[in-house]
Amino acid sequence: MTRRERTVDVLVVGAGPAGLGAAAELAASGVRRVEVLEREQSAGGIPRHCHHAGFGSSRPNGGTSGPEYARRSTAAAARAGATLRTGITVTGWAGPRTLDATGPGGLERITAHAVVLATGARERPRSARLVPGTRPAGVYTTGELQQAVHIHHQHIGTRAVIVGDEPVGIAAADTLRAAGVEVVARVTDRPAALPAALGRHHGAPLLTRTTVTALAGSPRLTGVAVRHGDGRTTTLPCDTVVFTGDWIPDHELARRGDVPLDPGTRGPAHDAAYRTHAPGVFAAGNLLHAVERAGTAAAEGRALAAPVRRHLATGAWPAGRAALTVAAPLEWIAPNLTGPDGDRPTGNRFILRTGRPLTAPLLVVRQDGLELYRRRLLRPARPGRPLHLPADWLDRADPHGGTVRVSVG
Amino acid sequence: MTHTVTAAGDPLPALPGGAPYDVTVIGAGVVGTAIARELARYPLRTALVEASDDIGNGTSKANTAILHTGFDAVPGTLEARLVREGQRRLSAYAADTGIPVERVGALLVAWDAEQLAALPALLAKAEANGYRAARLLDADEVAEREPHLGPGALGGLEVPDESVICPWTTPLAFATQAVRAGVHLHLDCPVRDIEPGSTVHTLTTGRGPLRTRFLINAAGLYADEIDRRFGHDVFTVTPRRGQLIVFDKLARDLVRHILLPVPTSAGKGVLVAPTVFGNVLLGPTAEELDDKTATESTQEGIALLREKGRRILPRLLDEEVTAVYAGLRAATGQEDYRIQEYPGRRYIAVGGIRSTGLTASMAIADHVTGLLARTGLDPGTPAELEPLTMPGLGEAAERPYLNAELIARDPAYGTLVCHCERVTAGEIRDALAATLPPRSVAGLARRTRAGNGRCQGFHCGAGLRALIEGNGP
Ligand SMILES: Cc1cc2nc3c(=O)[nH]c(=O)nc-3n(C[C@H](O)[C@H](O)[C@H](O)COP(=O)(O)OP(=O)(O)OC[C@H]3O[C@@H](n4cnc5c(N)ncnc54)[C@H](O)[C@@H]3O)c2cc1C
Ligand SMILES: Cc1cc2nc3c(=O)[nH]c(=O)nc-3n(C[C@H](O)[C@H](O)[C@H](O)COP(=O)(O)OP(=O)(O)OC[C@H]3O[C@@H](n4cnc5c(N)ncnc54)[C@H](O)[C@@H]3O)c2cc1C
Repeated sequence: MTRRERTVDVLVVGAGPAGLGAAAELAASGVRRVEVLEREQSAGGIPRHCHHAGFGSSRPNGGTSGPEYARRSTAAAARAGATLRTGITVTGWAGPRTLDATGPGGLERITAHAVVLATGARERPRSARLVPGTRPAGVYTTGELQQAVHIHHQHIGTRAVIVGDEPVGIAAADTLRAAGVEVVARVTDRPAALPAALGRHHGAPLLTRTTVTALAGSPRLTGVAVRHGDGRTTTLPCDTVVFTGDWIPDHELARRGDVPLDPGTRGPAHDAAYRTHAPGVFAAGNLLHAVERAGTAAAEGRALAAPVRRHLATGAWPAGRAALTVAAPLEWIAPNLTGPDGDRPTGNRFILRTGRPLTAPLLVVRQDGLELYRRRLLRPARPGRPLHLPADWLDRADPHGGTVRVSVG
Repeated sequence: MTHTVTAAGDPLPALPGGAPYDVTVIGAGVVGTAIARELARYPLRTALVEASDDIGNGTSKANTAILHTGFDAVPGTLEARLVREGQRRLSAYAADTGIPVERVGALLVAWDAEQLAALPALLAKAEANGYRAARLLDADEVAEREPHLGPGALGGLEVPDESVICPWTTPLAFATQAVRAGVHLHLDCPVRDIEPGSTVHTLTTGRGPLRTRFLINAAGLYADEIDRRFGHDVFTVTPRRGQLIVFDKLARDLVRHILLPVPTSAGKGVLVAPTVFGNVLLGPTAEELDDKTATESTQEGIALLREKGRRILPRLLDEEVTAVYAGLRAATGQEDYRIQEYPGRRYIAVGGIRSTGLTASMAIADHVTGLLARTGLDPGTPAELEPLTMPGLGEAAERPYLNAELIARDPAYGTLVCHCERVTAGEIRDALAATLPPRSVAGLARRTRAGNGRCQGFHCGAGLRALIEGNGP
């Protein structure tokens, strides 16, 4: 065995906003050996190739551009004293808190007192969405499109269809326009959530209740076949299609380490202290709940610093925490485990998703027949966008009790 | 030896003294490349002409990738013999050259009384085909061998020598060895017409005329059309489409064997099989079509596969799908290959290589070379080919990213470019500098796996395209 073996205090996997936030806060709060491994050649995560504003602010176009945000968060982690190593991929586990990594310098085996998984999320590609048809050139996800346009300056095409109505679809449209591509339409199989006029973005119509039934053309895309809600079918001529949203956490490393997943989010199950079921293994960011804003991912990273320090000091790890589950139309909730230590999730609220639009949802939380919370939200909730549940009731939940169920009353 | 590989824009080379090729093979699928490799052993001027921009770019790139034992072939057919022989030859060749193969074994699972009743006859058929290692299993043995199988399996037949193989490395190895031994490979070179001659045939190709003394038609789905140029009307290829779903690597632990359906009156059914890349395949469908380009997947096909897959391995359906693809079998309405030599015309048709051509490729090549002598060619004395080592793409082998010595010698093998498939910068560089470099992102994927993973390019797609485009002419 020719692996260089080492020990660190905290090993962070992934230098996106979440991992960098965790590393900065941990190092700043006095943890000595904090090491971040990032498989890409530069740190920063997804924002590296998001050339629009909107990072580090809650306003749609406030804050800085993605690359600038990536630079700042990288610099902050380094300044705090964390070790950042790029071009190093964590490939698997050799023990409960021992990870194997590959880089140009060779193979390593790093044992940590605490591990932070912050591996992010990806958009489901066309194949994972089981969209039939030919396999032509001109098929993208937003992630690939942004890198093609902003990093590699590649030729994209002339006319594009965007699939998906999540906010990332707007970023895709902006990227396409920056590359000189006309956006023919955005399509989603979900119903309209807004008055039609608001659904337009720079003139490209949003076709709701519209399902992509096939891709046509070979070797290049010539059109996207769709079926409308009323059963009509048509083909939208285009040479480019971008599949946006429909996120899936990059949970492979977690699963290879037998870190149990939450069935709703498909990310590691975790409590408000960002502890997974695996002792010493924490997680943060989009790995836990697919895509939130970068600021949310970074805040989660920072928030786990205190519980990590507690764990480093005591070695304690809770057992048998009651799970949180949601009932349809809710799709998932994060965090999704209760905890015994009175920790509250970031911003003192849970993040949820709904599968269909809700005008003023009445959220009800129950455990073992007991109602812990009931309140009507003032804001409408939409699919693909965060819906928040205040965490005030969390202290009343029994971590050793039955499953906590969240429903729309 | 200089290598001759030409593509769009290049002129076809003139041979010394304006001589024609001795032998030309039409079609660089797994069959045509295997034939070219076999011919490369002889002192012949051989050309391999291919319509597409890469070798192995037709049916040969889109199959189920099983190295069959031939246990269930129709006894006594040419196909039965060539599959049996091809399996032996290709297994040995794969071991020599590093083509990934995993001997996972197959299990035919009976889900109802009719299927259960069919198993003893299948066992007898295997024995009639000279395969003696198959064995009947009861329900408990099946459950023990495949713990994640859906409920209701009544019994099974175990065929321990069925293996999975890399469908892309195989024709690439054949073509590489052929080109290195002097075979001329002409890509982007569709044969549009043939003027059969008394000593020399003239082919009209998309890149000009090509003259050859002997001709071998290995054009796969189009073998019937080439055959008609000789005035024959012997067979018609009717494509039989097979759609397949590839599941992510996290599904690999759900299955240990190739899970074959038991063929009954109700049809052939679909299989679940591991791949040498560590994925799981579900498929194929069997749809009779008349369009030789209809390699698209359909809603109905995907739905059917999912329904069958849920029965076989319920948990498979919870895993992420990496890819969906379809291939076209060259069916001809006859349960056998259509290999026919025409001595007077110095021509051999290699048609109807339907659903076993990957396995049988090397035996087909040997058989066809034998027939060539019967059509009047004295091929001369065969020589040994230079040994070849192919990149180890298989999940079971030690991949470069796990090879400390290799990385110490060359750090490029420690830099991952495609994260899902764990392909390194060193492997991509090697592929781009190989005897037959890729000319598209898809060609790079077939040589290295790069871009073939669960993210389908979300992370590395743009970067890979930059590498290919940077490599262009
Ligand atoms: C198109 C698009 C537009 C967006 N626009 C905005 C916006 O305007 N404003 C906003 O606030 N947010 C925006 N976001 C969301 C924001 O980018 C994400 O929420 C944020 O990047 C999540 O951070 P993360 O650290 O969880 O994951 P990521 O940023 O995905 O980082 C994960 C990191 O882990 C690394 N990694 C994964 N596995 C391994 C491994 N095995 N070994 C080593 N390293 C590994 C990855 O390479 C990656 O760098 C946008 C996202 C997208 C895709
Ligand atoms: C769904 C499916 C599953 C299968 N599973 C297996 C399996 O598990 N095991 C197994 O052993 N086999 C399997 N097969 C069968 C195997 O894939 C085929 O038998 C084999 O690939 C046929 O190879 P080929 O070279 O004859 O055809 P092809 O690969 O189609 O090659 C023919 C080539 O000829 C070229 N060509 C055609 N016309 C012209 C022209 N006019 N000029 C120049 N070039 C031309 C084409 O471009 C093509 O590249 C499967 C097939 C399918 C469809």
